[in-house]
Amino acid sequence: MENRITKLFTKKDKEILSLYFTAGYPELNDTETIISTLEKHGADLIEVGMPFSDPVADGVVIQKSSEIALDNGMTIHLLFEQLKEIRKHVSVPLILMGYLNPVMQFGIENFCKKCSEIGIDGTIIPDLPLEVYESEYKTIFETYSLSNIFLITTQTSDDRIRKIDGLSSGFIYMVSSSSTTGAKGAVDQEQLAYFERISKMELRSKRLIGFGISDKHTFQRACGYSNGAIIGSAFISSITGVGTVTEKVIQFMKKFD
Amino acid sequence: MPTNYFKNYPDPAGFFEEYGGSFIPPNLQTEMEKITDAYYSISKSHHFISELRSIRKHYQGRPTPVYFCNRLSEKYGARIYLKREDLNHTGAHKLNHCMGEALLAKYLGKKKLIAETGAGQHGVALATAAAYFGLECEIHMGEVDIHKEHPNVVRMQILGATVVPVSHGLKTLKEAVDSAFGAYMQDFENSIYCIGSVVGPHPFPMMVRDFQRVVGIEAKEQFFEMTGELPDNVIACVGGGSNAMGIFSAFLEDPECKLYGVEPAGRSFDLGEHAATMTFGTPGMIHGFKCYLLQDENGEPAPVYSVASGLDYPGVGPEHSMLKDWGRVTYETANDTETIDTFYELSRLEGIIPALESAHAVAYAIKLAKDHPRQSILINLSGRGDKDIDFVMEKYGLPK
Repeated sequence: MENRITKLFTKKDKEILSLYFTAGYPELNDTETIISTLEKHGADLIEVGMPFSDPVADGVVIQKSSEIALDNGMTIHLLFEQLKEIRKHVSVPLILMGYLNPVMQFGIENFCKKCSEIGIDGTIIPDLPLEVYESEYKTIFETYSLSNIFLITTQTSDDRIRKIDGLSSGFIYMVSSSSTTGAKGAVDQEQLAYFERISKMELRSKRLIGFGISDKHTFQRACGYSNGAIIGSAFISSITGVGTVTEKVIQFMKKFD
Repeated sequence: MPTNYFKNYPDPAGFFEEYGGSFIPPNLQTEMEKITDAYYSISKSHHFISELRSIRKHYQGRPTPVYFCNRLSEKYGARIYLKREDLNHTGAHKLNHCMGEALLAKYLGKKKLIAETGAGQHGVALATAAAYFGLECEIHMGEVDIHKEHPNVVRMQILGATVVPVSHGLKTLKEAVDSAFGAYMQDFENSIYCIGSVVGPHPFPMMVRDFQRVVGIEAKEQFFEMTGELPDNVIACVGGGSNAMGIFSAFLEDPECKLYGVEPAGRSFDLGEHAATMTFGTPGMIHGFKCYLLQDENGEPAPVYSVASGLDYPGVGPEHSMLKDWGRVTYETANDTETIDTFYELSRLEGIIPALESAHAVAYAIKLAKDHPRQSILINLSGRGDKDIDFVMEKYGLPK
């Protein structure tokens, strides 16, 4: 079966709207509601976070949601059960984002096999080094048509970006240099310089920008320099608090109509 | 044992065989590479080495002595010696790597030192180093430990450091590392993370070990001068494993010296009741490196416990993990009761109040002494116990 991320990019390569949320948050069984509501209201791509107690790449909002999700009882095993059901009626590309140790303990081959059976299209594992992926994991990922997505920052050298470009089959995830995830508001000069530098490199891979996006304005601005953007912390914050999760997701997605 | 050990371990990517490495997000990786480069170029330079030597001698009061325990040896057999790191300035071995890390920070033009602390020994040492070099200092500490190790909290504050209480999870060392790491991630351009042990992503396990090697180098020479031979056994407690790597490093290539790392068996051998990582752990990843890890079936770090806050960690140094697999170091345990008994035993037989962490090593040495009355035992007495007296009195009282 063709990878849904690849398929998406052949149909659409501008203003890709990708949403991230932590599985098991706010409630253990909200996964299905969130995914199907997001798909119905315009999400092109969905990243599902596998909660971990030590999420070093994430800011406070996502950390807090991970802590609650773990307390709610979320595990990789349970998430796979939930996604198996969800996949029967959603066709949006699904990406799993999480940290290496839980995946390693599940077993890399087992994990990839399970992803392929269920219909997961890609993974983002921020603490998996490029060199380790290349030497130990690449073949396994390819066997199961799973795209592993790499992060680049303002400080990533051109050489390294070229190497990542060569190894990427989904897209390249552009993050900021100086901090963990979490919307920061306005796009500053340093970020613009970074966006322009990457645009000029004429990479073969598609690029999504994954920080500082919280509304239509910041989204469109980022899209001017990439194929689309990823919203995480701002979305998680918006589904926190009173009201049903469905209403809150719809409310948030309205901002991007 | 392979020859030229220190040149080969870790390898250029920071691996000790399969352990160690650097499993961190790319933004932090760039920063780690800068620190690694700086470590190789700056800390091997003539100026750096002479400055650090001068600090060790005039400020830290090194070399610390090796002391023969008259009454303890008489009571339990064997010839028991202590490497007196409790006499190092600030009362523990921690200052050895803190002065090195802070000196490196100064050369790198960093403004602020950030770290976690368990028992508070590393925090006090880093706050001291920050004061010495005129840098800011921010120490993250679990709320449980803040209560237990109150004197050290006050010391850090007197020294001008900011103590950040950590209130998530078990509120001990692991959570303090999470919190310090997070703070560092937000501001790594101006600050440097001075990790408290031979743990974390490359280059920290190597850097901290190298700065702690002074303990072993001194002890080996001193022991030889006193006895005309090498010790039969060398013992140190292991949490992350910095004091143990410090003393073991000098004896790794002497196969006739048996090396023992002593882990905390806590209240029992049930998961959650101890922090005996080598004894019960399996390979896993924590805080950016691979090591033996106490973890559950989902790959989450398991809850840990020890009477000694400084040993209360679900992971362990990658080099220790390798040395365990090689069989070069034997990892044993001492439980809370044995530790408290030993805390009083050493105090009353030798007039030395040991840190609860170090008392684990002495407790195992006593067991070994009973079995091998003709052998010599060199213990790294990594810290003094003043910080523990209120806690011990409150929880256990004086011995009957």
